[in-house]
Formats: sequence, structure tokens, C-alpha cells
Amino acid sequence: MDATELKARAKRRKLITQAMILLVTAVVIIGAVQSARVNLTALGITSGFDFLERSTGWSYSFSLIDRDINDSYARTLTIGFMNTVFVGFTAIIIATICGFLIGTFRDARNPALKTAATIYTQIFRNIPLILQGIFWYAIVIHLPGPRQAMSLADGVFLSNRGLMLPVLNVSLTVALGMVLILIGAVFLLKKARIGLAQSVIAWVGLLVFLILGVWGLFVPTGEGVFSWPALKGLRFVGGVTVSPELLVMIIAIVLYGSAYIAEVVRGGLAEVPKGLIEAGEALGLNNRAIWSRIKMPMALRTIIPPLGNQWIFIMKATTIGVAIGFSDLFYIVSTSITQSGQTLELIAILMGGFLLVNFSIAQFVNWLNDSLKLKAH
Amino acid sequence: MASMTFANFDWGRFKRRSFATPLDSGITVVVYLVLVWLLWQALSWALFNAVWTADGVDQCGKDGACWSVIHARHRLILFGLYPYEEHWRSTLACLAIIATVVISCFPQTWQPKRLAVIWIVGFATYYLLMEGSLLGLTQVTTDQWGGLALTLFLFSSVVLIGMPMGLGLALMRRSEMPVVRGFASLVIDLIRSLPLLTTLFTAAVVIPILLPTWLEGDKIWRVILAFGLFFACYQAEVLRGGFQAIPKGQFEAGKALGLTYWQILGRIVLPQVFRHALPSTVNNVVVTFKETAIVIIIGFFDVLASANAAFGTAEWAPYYIEVLAFVSLIYWVFLFSLGQYGEYLKKRMKVAQR
Repeated sequence: MDATELKARAKRRKLITQAMILLVTAVVIIGAVQSARVNLTALGITSGFDFLERSTGWSYSFSLIDRDINDSYARTLTIGFMNTVFVGFTAIIIATICGFLIGTFRDARNPALKTAATIYTQIFRNIPLILQGIFWYAIVIHLPGPRQAMSLADGVFLSNRGLMLPVLNVSLTVALGMVLILIGAVFLLKKARIGLAQSVIAWVGLLVFLILGVWGLFVPTGEGVFSWPALKGLRFVGGVTVSPELLVMIIAIVLYGSAYIAEVVRGGLAEVPKGLIEAGEALGLNNRAIWSRIKMPMALRTIIPPLGNQWIFIMKATTIGVAIGFSDLFYIVSTSITQSGQTLELIAILMGGFLLVNFSIAQFVNWLNDSLKLKAH
Repeated sequence: MASMTFANFDWGRFKRRSFATPLDSGITVVVYLVLVWLLWQALSWALFNAVWTADGVDQCGKDGACWSVIHARHRLILFGLYPYEEHWRSTLACLAIIATVVISCFPQTWQPKRLAVIWIVGFATYYLLMEGSLLGLTQVTTDQWGGLALTLFLFSSVVLIGMPMGLGLALMRRSEMPVVRGFASLVIDLIRSLPLLTTLFTAAVVIPILLPTWLEGDKIWRVILAFGLFFACYQAEVLRGGFQAIPKGQFEAGKALGLTYWQILGRIVLPQVFRHALPSTVNNVVVTFKETAIVIIIGFFDVLASANAAFGTAEWAPYYIEVLAFVSLIYWVFLFSLGQYGEYLKKRMKVAQR
């Protein structure tokens, strides 16, 4: 046998293997479709997405927008998706801030800070998230009722009905507008390149200006700019109520996620070459400048990729909501399945929702990674 | 080990760093005060003011833990609905799994063949003891398994099934054939971007619709297979990192010697890949153990579900914290020790590379 024949034979074998894989996949899919048809007919279910127009007739715990028991499946599923994204992003933001703080402490020189941060990560990383969720939920629903609520400066209340916070007395649209203005201000101030003291003054000024402006323009005359929660009879009025389910979701996911992010941050900080830090010391920089100008910028490049994985993980972790009755996408989908029987369509929606969110996060992390790359290397 | 690190402890540096600046001194004092206060609170609740015996339930107060609930209900938490007289079998079975994990932590066992034998023997011991009919004991079907025993069963079967699947997926992803590569990438990326719960839920609820009835099988096995696939997809990524650490010259050297693909893989490449991937593999195993807690949602009576049942009666309802703390402690001990072992491996390999 010569070489050409051997090569041709190897090529043929590869072609056959690949054809076999395609064939088996096709057979599996066709078989699945066939038996799905048989099984669904036996159950008396018509497949298709028509059920999205039907009204649900059941209620659930949390929604960001107005909802009604007669909402269509489409609207209910959208609310579930919004809840997942809302809890996910809130938890991601808080967990990232806490994680960076604790990770920095783990890398600190002060042994006391190091010990405290290590204890924190070792406790919250090594207990399953769902167990932590169930634990906090059990604690929160056993808190005293609204009349005996724990209060902080008579503005914040914690009871078994959740957490009551004061809010700006404006509609959601105005609040969103204010957030947009603040995000714009971040970019502007970053471009302006001013010192720490000046930017603090700028921020305080901007906030006071915004609040006064909103008060003058949007708040009905005769009402305060803030709405404070207050006990009236058996329940609280005014302010904003964070329901026990939402509160527990955020607490559990933030504690667990921040412990993981702290590990990622610590790992990144530990990888920064010692020579760079010594160079900073030789230049006479103080500890804070070394941290913010040398260590963190260098460490960010190793931190970002695993941090992105943690963000995706947090997004996926919102599915524990079903264990404590928070109406996230998984909760809504599984309830819809028991109520309507449209299993295949609903699972497809569930998977599609998560793929969409996680793919967007991955794209964002890639962009972040590219924009942080060391230039001129 | 512990005494050595203690002897090496640098008191001078500790003092210098604790009180480097006035701010540092302040932080040190405040942080230690808070830690000591927290520890004191925890200890006085869990130990000093606690009630330990089952007879003393009426003495259980608000100041201390009421460990009577554990005393009375630990069998339920550990073994679920397993028949009471057969609990010794559950105990032995759990010990078999724990022994398997502990034995595979010793470097002497780190050869694919030895590890495979150890895990298969450990798993078989577990299964024979729990199921019982093959050993001439009373048969106990899987639906009666529960508690910690079920959690350990899920964990060990997922790792046992997932390891070879992960290796297979990793090899497929490295294949020269585009269809094979594409297929593996699709599966790995899809499973990794979906929550584990979605995958398990699909296996439990959707697969029965897609399969003819005679192929359906038990729910627990469908879920274990799906969980194994989830483990495999993460393990495939871990192994990919290991493959990337092997220089291409080694494949070429093997080819030049006239070795076949499988010979190169089995004798040259894989032993090194496993060594490189070891710390991440341990990490993956730890995560898997933690994630088994999620099966409570799809209706399995694992240790978390049995804990919920343990304080589900009117008599024990006020003592939910004790039960949840007990289960947390079980998880924590397992996960913390495995995690520390992973850290130790990482350090050991860094030293070996120098």
C-alpha cells in the first residue's frame, strides 16, 4: 500500500464517521418528533404557540409592571423574563461591588481585614445557594409583623412583609430619566478628568439639582419630594416595599456571588507582578495610588474573563426563585407547564430567554475585554 | 503540617502589619472586636445556651439552639424514607462513597485505571447495599432512597458518568472533522449557557414526551444522565485547558515514532492532560456536589428536602434554624475540605513546575 492510498482511506473513514453522526442525529430528531406527536395526541394537546393569547387565570408573587389574573400567557411570560433580568442585574451589580471590596480586603496587608474577608468567602462559598436561599427565606418570613417591625431611623422598616424603603415621589418614567441623566454625567465627568474632591462636589451638586428640579416639575404640589413608609393600621403605606421573596433572592445571590467574585478579584490581584508594585513604591506613590493606578488596572485584565463567567452564573442562579416562590422566568414557565400542558413550547421559550441574556452578557464581556487590552503591546 | 505553619508564623510581621498606621490599628481593633462578638454570639447560641436531649424540648428557649430536633429527626435528614431497620445499610453505603472520595485524594491513586476501578467499586458497593436484592437483603427501590444518602448517590453517579463523557466531548471538540467538532461545540456551549435546573427539568419533564414509552426509563436515571452531561460539558472545558498546555511537538514526535492516534493519546498526551487539569477537576467536582442540592426542585427527596420535612411537623416547626444549620454544616464540611484540598493541589503543582 502506498501513501496516497492510505491517505484516501483515512479521508473516506472520516467522511463516513461524519455522515454517521449526521444520520444518527437526524434519526433521533425525527424519532423524537414522531413520538412527541403520538404522546401529545394521547394527552389531547395541540402544539403551537396559540396558547400565548389565552389568559392564564393564576397569580404569582412579583411583577415590575401592572399585572392581572386575566393576563395572557405572552404577557405573563414577559413579566417572568423581566423579573429574571431585573433580579439578575441587580444582584450582579451589588455582588460585583461587594466582591471587589472583599477581594481587595483578602489581598490587603492588614491581617485583620484578610481574616475577616477569608471567613466571609469560606462561609458563603461552601454552602449551596439554594440552601442559603431557603435559610434566609425562613428567617425573613419569621420576622415580626408590620406592627413590631424593626426600624432604622424611622425611615426603613424590616418585617415579615419585606423591606420598606423611602423613595422619590415620582413616576417610573421620571425615575428612569434621572438614571439616564446620571449615567450621562458619569461619562461626562470621566472625560473632564477632574480630581477626586472636585468630582465629589460635582456629584453632590448634580444630585441636589436633580432632586430639586424633579420636586419643582413632577411632584404634585403639597407633597414631599420623598415618599416615606409609615405604619397605618396593619400595614405600611408610602415608600416602596421590597417583597420578602425579592429581598431574599437578592440577599442570597449577592452573598454567594460576591464570595465567588472576591476569589476572582483576589486571584487577579495576586497575579500582578511584584516588580510593578515595588516600582510604584520607589516612585513614592501611596497605597491608594498603587492600588488604583497600578494594581487594579493590571489585575482587571485577568479578572474580566472569569468575572464574566460569574455574571452568567448569577443570571442562571436566579432559577432558585422557584424554591422560595419568587416569580422568575423558570417559576412562570414551570407553572405555565402544569397549567397549560404546552411543555415543548414553554421549554423552548425558557431556553431561548436564557440563551439571549447569557449571550448578551458574553458579548458585553468580550467588548469590555477588548477595550481594556494593553495598548502598544 | 499545622504545627509547622504555626511555628513559621511571623509574629513580628503580623504586629508590624496590624499596626502599620493609626488607621490600620483602628481597623485591626474594630474588625477583631466584631469577629469576637460574632463568634461569642454564635457559640452562646449553638453551645452554651443550647438544649441537647430529645426529652428537653420543653426547656428549649429563645436564647439557645434546640438541638433536640436533630436528636429526634437526624435519621430522617440523613436517610429519608429508607426503611428504619435497614438504616445500617444506608450508613455503610454513605461511608463507601466518602471512602471512595478520600482514597482518590491520595496521589498514589492518580492513574486513570486505578481511579476508574476505585470509583466503580465504591459506586457498586453503594448500589448493592442500598438496593439489596443482589446481596440477599430486603429490596429497597430507588424511590425510597433519600436524605444525605440520595445526595451522595446523585453526586457519585454524576461524577462517574460525567468523567468519561467529558473526556469524549473534549476529544470530539479537538477533532479534525468539522461535523464532529461542531456537534461537540454546540452541545458544550448550549448546556453551559443554560441553568442546570433547566437541563434537569427538561430531562425530568420534557424527555418523556420526546421518547416512546418503552425508552423512558426511571426519572432518577434520566436526571442523573442529564446532570452527567452538564458535568461533562464543564469537564470538557477543563480538559481543553489541559490539552492546550501540551506542546504540539509531542503529537508530532508520537506520529514520527509510528504510534497510532489512540496510542499517542493514551500513553503521551492524556497522562499529562490529567495532571494539568487536576486542580480544575477537583473544583468541578466540588461545584457538582454543591449543585446536587438543586434536585429538591424537581421533586427528589435529597438532604435538603428531608431537612424541610424534618421541621415540617407542628412540634418541630419553630426549630427550622437548627435543622438548616445542621444541613449547612454537613455541606460546609464536605465542600470546605474538598476546596482546601484543591488549593493544596494547586500549590503543590506550582512548586513542581519550578
